[in-house]
Amino acid sequence: MLAELGLAILWMAASLAGLQLIAGSFSLTKDGDGLGAIVRPVAIVQGVLVALAFASLIMLFVETDLSVKLVADNSHSAKPLIYKIAGTWGNHEGSMLLWVTVMGLAGGIVAAVERRLPERTMMATLAGQAFVSLGFYAFLLFASNPFQRLSPAPQEGNGLNPLLQDPGLAFHPPTLYLGYVGLSIAFSFAIGALVTREVGPAFARAMRPWVLGAWIFLTLGITAGSYWAYYMLGWGGWWFWDPVENASLMPWLAATALLHSVSVLAARNALRAWTVMLGVVAFSMSMIGTFLVRSGILTSVHAFAVDPRRGGFILALLAINIGAALVLFALRAGTVTEGERFEVTSREASLVFNNVMLSCILGIVLLGTLYPLVTEAMGVKVSVGPPYFTPMSAVFAVPMLVVLAIGPMLRWRHDRFARVRAVLAMPLGVTIVAAVGFALGGVRSPMALLALSLAPGLGVASLLPLRGRHLARAPLSLWGMVVAHVGIAVALFGMGADAAFTQQRLLAASVGQSTQLGPWRITLASIEPVAGPNWTALEADLSASYAGGAPVHLHPQSRTFWAPPQTTSVSALHTVWNGQLYTVLGEETHDASSAATPTGRWQLRLWWKPFVPMIWLGGILVALGGLLAMVSRVRQDLKRRSVRTRSRERKA
Amino acid sequence: MAGFSVVPVRAKHQRLILLGVALAALVAAGLLAAWALRNQASYFYVPSEIIAKPPEADRSVRLGGMVVRGSMKNAPDGVTVNFIVTDGKQQVPVRFAGIKPALFVEGSGVVAEGHWQDGLFTADNLLAKHDEKYTPREMQGMTTDQAHKAIAETK
Repeated sequence: MLAELGLAILWMAASLAGLQLIAGSFSLTKDGDGLGAIVRPVAIVQGVLVALAFASLIMLFVETDLSVKLVADNSHSAKPLIYKIAGTWGNHEGSMLLWVTVMGLAGGIVAAVERRLPERTMMATLAGQAFVSLGFYAFLLFASNPFQRLSPAPQEGNGLNPLLQDPGLAFHPPTLYLGYVGLSIAFSFAIGALVTREVGPAFARAMRPWVLGAWIFLTLGITAGSYWAYYMLGWGGWWFWDPVENASLMPWLAATALLHSVSVLAARNALRAWTVMLGVVAFSMSMIGTFLVRSGILTSVHAFAVDPRRGGFILALLAINIGAALVLFALRAGTVTEGERFEVTSREASLVFNNVMLSCILGIVLLGTLYPLVTEAMGVKVSVGPPYFTPMSAVFAVPMLVVLAIGPMLRWRHDRFARVRAVLAMPLGVTIVAAVGFALGGVRSPMALLALSLAPGLGVASLLPLRGRHLARAPLSLWGMVVAHVGIAVALFGMGADAAFTQQRLLAASVGQSTQLGPWRITLASIEPVAGPNWTALEADLSASYAGGAPVHLHPQSRTFWAPPQTTSVSALHTVWNGQLYTVLGEETHDASSAATPTGRWQLRLWWKPFVPMIWLGGILVALGGLLAMVSRVRQDLKRRSVRTRSRERKA
Repeated sequence: MAGFSVVPVRAKHQRLILLGVALAALVAAGLLAAWALRNQASYFYVPSEIIAKPPEADRSVRLGGMVVRGSMKNAPDGVTVNFIVTDGKQQVPVRFAGIKPALFVEGSGVVAEGHWQDGLFTADNLLAKHDEKYTPREMQGMTTDQAHKAIAETK
C-alpha cells in the first residue's frame, strides 16, 4: 500500500509544480494578478508533499518491502538499520527523489519566508523553480519510478555495494545534493530577476543565504567525499581527479565565484550581469555534474543508471534548462543596467580577478572532464588524469591565492597599493622564509614546494584583516571570511605536506615481525578472524609506537561481504597532532613456486602522512567560515526586517 | 545607474573592459587546456602502442590490457607481483609492488598506472574491476571483443 500511496503523493506534488509554473507565469501578465495569491501556498504544499513521498520510500527501505523493485535490488533484510535508510538514496531512483525533495522543500521555504523582493520577481522566481522541478518530476515518474512493484517478490534483496556500506555514505550524497539543489534556488532567483529586470542589491541579499548555504554543503560534501576516497579505497590518495570528483568540484568553483560576486552586488551594487550569469552557470554545473555521474557515461561506484534512455533524458533536461536560461540571459543582459564602478586597485577588482581565475579553473576542469567523452564518441579512448589537471589548475590557482592574500586588505572602490604594501611585507616574508626552509629541508617536488611556501603566507595574510580590531567586536561576517581563508591556507599546507613528506612501507610480515616507518615502530601482533552482521573478515592487530612512546593498536581488515559477495580492505588510521598513520591489510602471501602454499606472511601497506589531516580540517574551516558569514547575514536580515516592521507600525 | 558614476570619464567603457578581460582570460584558459589535452592524448596506452611509441621514462602513463593466464608470479618478498599484459597483439611485462585489488586475477582486464622504462612497466597502482558495476572506463569494450580475442590468443 505504502508504495502506491507514495507514488500518488509524488504525482500530486508534480501536478502542484505544474500549477505553480502556470500560476506564477500568468501572474506576471497584465490580467493575471489574482493568480499570484496561490503561488506561495502551492509551492509550500508541493514541498510538503514531495517530502512525504520521500518519507514513504524511506519507510519501504526500513521495512525491507521486497515487493518493491528498488528495495529488492538495493537492500537486504540483514543490513544494519542505518544502511537500510542510507540505501534509500544509494541508488539511482532514490537519489533522484532526494533531489526533487530538496528542490521542493527549498522552493517551499523561499515561498514561505522571502518577503524582501518585489512580488513580481518572487512570482517569476517560483515559476522558474517549478519549471526546473517539473523536468525532474517527469524524469522520476516516466523514466525512473522508485515505487515500481516487483512480482513475484523475491525471497531476499540483492544487498548494497559494500563500498557504499559506510557511515560516510549516510551523509555524503544528501550533503552534496543540498548543495547542488541550493544552487537551483540561486538559479531561480537569477531567472526571476532577469524576467522582471530587478537585478540589484535587494536581489543579491535575497539570494546570498541560499548561495552561502549551498556552498557550505558543497564544501562539506567535497571534503567528506575526499576523506571517504582516502580511507575507503585504501590507496592513501585524497583526490584523484576522477570525473565524479570533478562533477562536485565544478559547481563548487562556480558557487565560490558566485558567493563573492553576490557579496559585491549586495554591498556595492556592482557586477550585476556577472552575478546573474554565475547564478545560471553554478546550477548548470550542478546539473552537468548530476548528468555525468548518474547517466552511466562514466562508470564508477556512483553510476547507477545503466539504462541509456535515462542518460538521454537527463541530457535533454540539461539542454532545456541551460539553453532556456542562456537565451533569457542573452535577451535580457543588455537591459541589466551597469552597476557602480571601481578602480583597478580596489577590493572589487581583486574579487573580479579571483572570479575570473575561478572561472578559468572551472573551464580547465570542465574541458578535461568532457574531453575523453568527446573523443570516445569519435572512437578514440583517452584518459585525462592528474598530469593534466594538477599543473593546469595551478596555473590559475596560484595567482588567485596571491590575490586572495591581498584583496581583503584593499578598500572598496578605490585604493592605492602603496597603502597596503607595508602590511603585506609580513606574509611575503613568511612565504620566502618557508620557501627557503622547505627547499633546504629537501622538498624537491615543485608543486609541493609551491603549496608549502604559499600556505603559511596566505594563512598570515588571511588574519591581517583582523589587525587593529577588537576581536570580540569584529563583525561576524569578517570572522567568516577570515576563517574560510585560513581554511584554504590550512588545506593547501596539508596538500603540500602530503606530496612532500609522505613515507610508505610495503612488506610481507609474519606475526611478531616489526618494521620502522618514519618515527613509528610497527609490529604485527596477530591476525584474527572476525565477523560482522553481513560480512566476515581477517583482522590484523598492529601495535604502533610513536618515537618509542606507549603503543597504540590499529585493526585493518580484509573484509568479505556475502551479499553481494565481495572483498574489500578496510584501512585503519591513527591520527596524532602532526599527522596520520595509515595501515592496510592485504592477503596472505603465497610461495613463489607453488601458489597453493601459504607462507604465513601477510601483506601490509603502511603510510606515515605528516600533516595530511590538515586537508580536511581546512575544508571544515572553509565551511565553518561560510556558516559564520551566513549566521551574520541572516541575523542582519532579521534585524532589518524587524526595524522595517516597527517603523511601519509607528507610521500606522 | 551610470549617471552616478564616481569615475565619469570611463563611464561607458568599464563594463566592456571587464568583459574583454574576462573573455580573454577564459579564452586563454581554453587554449591552454586544448594544448595540454592534446599532449594528454597519449596518456593511455595498450601494449602494442607502448612498444611502438614508448613514452619517456619520467612520464606517468596508464597501460591497459588483459592479464595473460599463467603469467602472474609472486616475488619472494611477498609484495611484488610480476605479470604480462596483452592487447591481443603484443605482450608487455608489468611489475607491481603493493596490495592487489580484490578482483585482480589472471585473465581479467586491468589498467595499470605507472612508468615505462627499458621494456618493463612499473605500476604504482592497479585499477581492476571493483565489481560488475565498476570497471575502469578504458577497459570497457576490451572486456568484450578484444578481451575474448586476447584470451583466446594467449591461452
